[in-house]
Amino acid sequence: MRESAVAGDLIYESIVDLVEPGSAVLDLGCGDCTLLERLIQEKSARGRGVDLDARMIQECIRRGVSVFHGDLDEGLKDHPSGSYDVVILSRTMQMVHKPKFLLQEMLRVGKKAIITFPNFAYLVSRIQMGIFGRMPVNRHLPYPWYDTPNIHFFTYRDFAELCGPLGITIEKTIFLKHGKRITTPFPNIFATDICCRLSAEPSSQSI
Amino acid sequence: MRNGIVQSIDITIATVSEPLLLESGRTLTPITVRYETYGSLNEERSNAILVLHAFSGDAHAAGYHRADDRAPGWWDTMIGPGRALDTNRFFVISSNVLGSCQGTTGPGSENPETSRPWAMSFPAITIGDMVEVQHRLVTALGIETLFAVVGGSMGGMQALEWVARYPAKVERAVLLATTTQLSAQAIAFNAVGRNAIMSDPRWNKGDYYHAEPPSQGLSVARMVGHITYLSSESMRMKFGRRIQDNDGTARDTEDQFAVESYLSYQGEKFVDRFDANSYIYLSRAMDAFDLAGSYGGLEAAFSSAETSFLIISYSSDWLFTTEQSKEIVFALARTGKEVSYTEIQSPYGHDAFLIEYELQSELISSFLRSRRITPGGR
Repeated sequence: MRESAVAGDLIYESIVDLVEPGSAVLDLGCGDCTLLERLIQEKSARGRGVDLDARMIQECIRRGVSVFHGDLDEGLKDHPSGSYDVVILSRTMQMVHKPKFLLQEMLRVGKKAIITFPNFAYLVSRIQMGIFGRMPVNRHLPYPWYDTPNIHFFTYRDFAELCGPLGITIEKTIFLKHGKRITTPFPNIFATDICCRLSAEPSSQSI
Repeated sequence: MRNGIVQSIDITIATVSEPLLLESGRTLTPITVRYETYGSLNEERSNAILVLHAFSGDAHAAGYHRADDRAPGWWDTMIGPGRALDTNRFFVISSNVLGSCQGTTGPGSENPETSRPWAMSFPAITIGDMVEVQHRLVTALGIETLFAVVGGSMGGMQALEWVARYPAKVERAVLLATTTQLSAQAIAFNAVGRNAIMSDPRWNKGDYYHAEPPSQGLSVARMVGHITYLSSESMRMKFGRRIQDNDGTARDTEDQFAVESYLSYQGEKFVDRFDANSYIYLSRAMDAFDLAGSYGGLEAAFSSAETSFLIISYSSDWLFTTEQSKEIVFALARTGKEVSYTEIQSPYGHDAFLIEYELQSELISSFLRSRRITPGGR
């Protein structure tokens, strides 16, 4: 489900930073479990993955990482509430059918959630859409409209607006441009990817 | 490459001085176990894998008994050099379960006190008793810890019981198409099978060993069993509404649907190799199996296990369902065990675990090759 590009690996860097040592981690759409392996090695995490792709499951098993076969569109119904410290969803939210439902499920099953997603308000995409009147296709969003796994298009602002009414606090946000952290003003224009740590309890955001 | 010639071995694991105390409270002696081994035990005795057969299986899991045998052992696709249970690496043990009729002591064996077959006076046996017998066998072979236990269906029940009974002795468990307790539907089908046997006049309350056996009843029981092992889809693909030995145009009362003919054939073939009383004892053992009931909940059953698990279910298996596998998976997850789970998409129903060997092989061999990654590097 997830693109395995260099930018993806750099995004993992941010995720790893946001995970507390020793956490019980559930990685949704875990792919070949590269991220989980890092979390186990670098953060002494207890990790488990969920993926739909049989080849990915086999790869996780080969690498010795616990993995469950599962379809994220069915939610996390088999996973008991509060059974993980952190539930991770990286570059996958824009591909699931019911993103709001999945977000709520993540914070039911996990005490915290870490989500990364491509920012559709990125400058180049804005120009392609706003000036040229074309759906964005660029290094950061490589798919033409008729052949893309991305079925929900949203921006950092859209996401933040969804979280509020659901009682979800964005504890920390990392803005990334092609995998590198940026701290410029107007990050919703310059960031290609967003990485947020969320919780269901109220807390103050720090960037 | 074709697997080679193998031999069955018989060993006595319970004698008058060392009888086996069964879960029912009765003791049983003597107990003979028929088993086969493939590959060699390493010096550390750390490479043994115990393969646990399903309801009607036997010790002959791989290879051929004679060069001109038509068919190899029941899981030959999975066991052998370079196969999922790689005999270049592992010492694979397969034994016939207690209560069966294919070399291991069962209701057809002789009761030493009467010098007649036990028949229905054979004590009730459980999945736990089968495991106790296997534990004695493994111990007799000089093995303290098993690299893995592997089993499908009733074999998976034994694997679960192994983990619950000997949590420190099982490093890995591979559970295929199995459950911690049969559904009411599965028990119902077993009951129909037993009724078919018991209503055959030749069954004679189980006392038929010196007369004609209840082949008709046993054959009907097997036919019912085969219906439960297939899926509606696999029956449609395999038989449809075809008429056997006919171009499909003429119909008379002698004509048989292909599916009818298949079931009759399976029934008839079965009576040559299986004992009706064993059918009754083993199916009752399966019906009674209830891991949560025996250990005060699944979490309690798994709590002290030092085992990592691979669990596979099959999409069209309605006898041992995906939901039942997931119950095991999430109970293990709740107790913090290493567990991987996948559902294989297959049209073959419960039989899939004997048929879908390609993907299954890849998953199992990956699992058996995996090294746990540990914090701070490998």
